[in-house]
Amino acid sequence: MMPKLNASNSVVALLCAALVLLPVYSAVTGNIFILTLFTRIVIFALAAASLNLIMGYGGMMSFGHAAYLGIGGYAVGILATEGIGSGFIQWPVALAVSALFALVIGALSLRTRGVYFIMITLAFAQMAYYITSGLSRYGGDDGLTVYKRSDFAGLIDLSNRTQFYYLCLACLFGGLYLIWRIVNSRFGLVVQGVRSNEQRMQAIGFHANRYRLVCFVIAGTICGLAGALLANNTDFVSPAVMYWTRSGDLMVMVILGGMGSLFGPVIGAIVYLLLEELLSQVTEYSGLILGPVLLLIVLFARGGIMGLLGRMRRA
Amino acid sequence: MYLVVEQLLNGLQFGLLLFLLAAGLTLVFGIMDFVNLAHGSLYMMGAYFAATFVAWTGSFVLGALMALGATLLLGIALEYAALRHLYGRDHLDQVLATFGLILFFNDAVRLIWGPAGLALPLPVWLTVPVQIIPGVYYPAYRLMIIVVALAVAALLYLVVMRTRVGMLIRAGASNREMIGALGINIKLLFTLVFGLGAALAGLAGLMQAPILTVQIGMGENILILAFVIIVIGGIGSIRGAFMAAVFVGIIDTMGRAFLPDLLRKVLSGAAASTAAPALSSMLIYLLMAIILVLRPEGLFPVAKR
Repeated sequence: MMPKLNASNSVVALLCAALVLLPVYSAVTGNIFILTLFTRIVIFALAAASLNLIMGYGGMMSFGHAAYLGIGGYAVGILATEGIGSGFIQWPVALAVSALFALVIGALSLRTRGVYFIMITLAFAQMAYYITSGLSRYGGDDGLTVYKRSDFAGLIDLSNRTQFYYLCLACLFGGLYLIWRIVNSRFGLVVQGVRSNEQRMQAIGFHANRYRLVCFVIAGTICGLAGALLANNTDFVSPAVMYWTRSGDLMVMVILGGMGSLFGPVIGAIVYLLLEELLSQVTEYSGLILGPVLLLIVLFARGGIMGLLGRMRRA
Repeated sequence: MYLVVEQLLNGLQFGLLLFLLAAGLTLVFGIMDFVNLAHGSLYMMGAYFAATFVAWTGSFVLGALMALGATLLLGIALEYAALRHLYGRDHLDQVLATFGLILFFNDAVRLIWGPAGLALPLPVWLTVPVQIIPGVYYPAYRLMIIVVALAVAALLYLVVMRTRVGMLIRAGASNREMIGALGINIKLLFTLVFGLGAALAGLAGLMQAPILTVQIGMGENILILAFVIIVIGGIGSIRGAFMAAVFVGIIDTMGRAFLPDLLRKVLSGAAASTAAPALSSMLIYLLMAIILVLRPEGLFPVAKR
């Protein structure tokens, strides 16, 4: 089926084209800063998209999602410190550890609902925060410097800005494609069914929590990938990546862009991080503007930016 | 032995301080079903107001009272201008909006008071150690925190359990629609409760101020502790918040004080000094996770319906 040409689809198409062409723009104008900025934005967009999978489609309000950013990052950082520089080892380990962590957290947290779920996921993320703060061998509170980026045997050079950007973008598009396939699969429909009416799904014979748990693990794993990218991007990983306000940032990106829409979190990440960056160039006190903007968006733009675009079409 | 008594008192003092913060949070949460992440900002504002007013007036008590009033007014203004439009909305909307308020307050404070922290000096009469049992001295100020917080807890209990306003508050906690239908001015009640919550947060902030530096973001760490407490205690339950706060305060303080020595007896020196700080910071989160896994509604859930 051909997607209809409407406001939100046109914006998404333009956005994807812009993201793909960004390195060209950067090379032509010699503006390296924008490429660096957008590498970071693309990584956070991937993390936000993974949160959207459980929050927007699964109805699981995880307030500890930034934990996987840290876990993926520390997997890369610790292996690099121990002399294992190959990305073919580092990245699968990052994904596996994130998946394992999500499995344990999810299995325990999914016994609760609503606000209690928000709080228990937060508690586990805080535990991860304090564990890494205690790793004195790996920098403790001060964080861990990653002296060498993941090595992919010459196939792709992560220290080359453009190549690294395209790798991040490929991960983002790959992640979004995966999420899209999941959401539209039988599995995804069950998860969304559980969100809207758990008892009914149970009554039909689905083990609601098993579906939820698998979804939770997939989201954690995708975010772990974002963590591995982030550690390579900043050449550094620290407990601060997992602090609860970071999870708050991810939530803000999802809600700002539009929860439960595929591209919403991407738009949310772009708008939030761009706004943060632009405001910090204009004023030292960016929160004075950013804070009330968030408040106004909640008050007047329900459904986030994608929701606004959707309404424009009807108007 | 004296050390244990002293740390127990420190734990009690910290727990009671946490109770003040958690009580406001659980009132707002339990009655209005409103998740207020900016509660920690009100705590921070209480501390900044106190540091300013005490410096202005030269009197600790007068400054503290003014700060209390200022936080109360700030809370009411906040509720009136923005937050009342968010009742009945999704918890996530509330999280996003109040997260925005945290960003706002942090930078507003930076703009007004500057990035460096403030100190709130204690008056001389509060710096003397008090002999509590023969041979054991305890700082007068910490003792005062315990006394004030216990008094506030008792007062809060009396107001909630024995007055008409308290009856409405409890009724609101169990069935919001019903008390509205009975013709109670629910908007006014909510504004009052929010103001009360803000004042309690401000009180916690201004009392903590002389012990720690008054600084930006000081509410963020402790806010999470307060959330942990209301979740452990059962959302909306003042009694649960009180028990959980004292429990968490003592566990946290005792863990920090004695866990390193205990670990050193079991593990090698290096391993113990690595594990101890992480483990003692994690202790209460571990506690909360265990409690929630066993009792998903907290220890003292408020009966609904």
